[in-house]
Amino acid sequence: MLKGEGLWFRYGARLPWVVRDRTLSVLPGEVVGLMAPSGYGKTTLGKLLAGYLMPTRGRVTLNKQLLPSRGYCPVQLVFQNPELSVNPRWRIARILREGHPPQRHYLDALGIYPGLMTRYPHELSGGELQRVAIARVLNRNTRYLIADEMTAMLDANTQALIWKVVLEFACQHHVGVMAISHDRPLLTRICQGHTIKLLIDSIPASLAKA
Amino acid sequence: MTVTSPISKPMQRFRSNRRQRILWGIAWCALLLVAMILSPWVIGDDGLSPVLVQRNQPPSLVHAFGTDWLGRDMLSRSLHGMSLSLRIGLLAAGISALIGTGLGLAAGTLGGWVDAVVTWIIDVFFSLPHLVLLILIAFAVGGGTTGVIIAVAVTHWTSLARVIRAEVLQVNSSDYVRLSYRFGRSPIWIARHHMVPHVIPQLLVGLILLFPHAILHEAALSFIGIGLSPHIPAIGIILAESMRHLSTGYWWLGVMPGLLLLLSVKAFDWLGENVRSLLDPKTSQG
Repeated sequence: MLKGEGLWFRYGARLPWVVRDRTLSVLPGEVVGLMAPSGYGKTTLGKLLAGYLMPTRGRVTLNKQLLPSRGYCPVQLVFQNPELSVNPRWRIARILREGHPPQRHYLDALGIYPGLMTRYPHELSGGELQRVAIARVLNRNTRYLIADEMTAMLDANTQALIWKVVLEFACQHHVGVMAISHDRPLLTRICQGHTIKLLIDSIPASLAKA
Repeated sequence: MTVTSPISKPMQRFRSNRRQRILWGIAWCALLLVAMILSPWVIGDDGLSPVLVQRNQPPSLVHAFGTDWLGRDMLSRSLHGMSLSLRIGLLAAGISALIGTGLGLAAGTLGGWVDAVVTWIIDVFFSLPHLVLLILIAFAVGGGTTGVIIAVAVTHWTSLARVIRAEVLQVNSSDYVRLSYRFGRSPIWIARHHMVPHVIPQLLVGLILLFPHAILHEAALSFIGIGLSPHIPAIGIILAESMRHLSTGYWWLGVMPGLLLLLSVKAFDWLGENVRSLLDPKTSQG
């Protein structure tokens, strides 16, 4: 179980708290939706859980132990902007090989055809690049996947395709998924059939009704 | 494996053409500069000795750059001068690149007080007028060829160090480097595979674009009489001498060596631009 206990975080000793006293957990095979408007610290919370940031107070545990600091981290984060999460001087094939090389059928399912392999990131569209960024983490060493607005900038078709593949992967390998978004219909949809835990907190009434 | 549609074929031909053009450009510039550096050994010292019967001749087929008031061949004097300037530029740019890279990398990776000190030194260098600094250093170390080389070498690294420091900081804080750590990659592996490919092109282009600066500053120092001794045919000295004869109508004494200097500086500039576009995947592919 991936668990964040009493997480507090701020970016500097004198800056305001971004995350205040949050406790949340994801079970293997569970899909948790995290929804809040912009500026509520969703991304920061995701980065805390994936070990990109260290909480100022509280701790993140994976099966009762702290996240490993070396080796392939079992908790992987998929960023919102794929352009920033790939090295612009690497070809796609090399980008895919950086972690554990993804299995063939995930590449096929995500529509990453062999012709893309020799290209550079700027030669791909945003959707193609995001599919590459996702294919990178779809391997059996990933136990938890944190999807931070993973499909926010993509069209409906690509969004559906990506979530279908990711949810299949999660189901097959018993991977816990945390979906961070402010798209309520999307979260309702992808949490379907799994343990639904829609963490909506401190949302203005106008947005909660929508 | 790859399916090429008929539409993409003309694109690909155009792409390889542009790449080839860039490669040809690099080859020609490099050839021109190497030829200029090696020219004194090819043409020999014959043109440097005075031939008083052939004084003050305008450019002709025999003397492409004309002759000066002692009947010396200006083409061979200019080439000797240019060769010397290029060699000084090469040495100075090489030393500058070493200092710049070392301090830039140290500031970018170590951070903290190292970064503060390096940035402060760079700021101090930028706040002083470059030519004044050059003159001071050249004087302080005793003038002459060594003085010029030292002065040019220790004042040109600042902009390169700044660029490399910024590049290191930017790559180090990027999402893909932090992701690489989460993929279990070691800092050394990340430095080797993420940092080096970003820093090397900056270094190479910075180095090439340093040459013209170094050459022009060397010429400037010689021009005002601080650098090389007057009997060495340096490009700055040749230009300084020509000033006295311009008013008497001997235009070729200043114009021809000036054009040669312009040509070599432009060749370096072009070389740098071409290497840059070749190394950047955004422009190297099409």
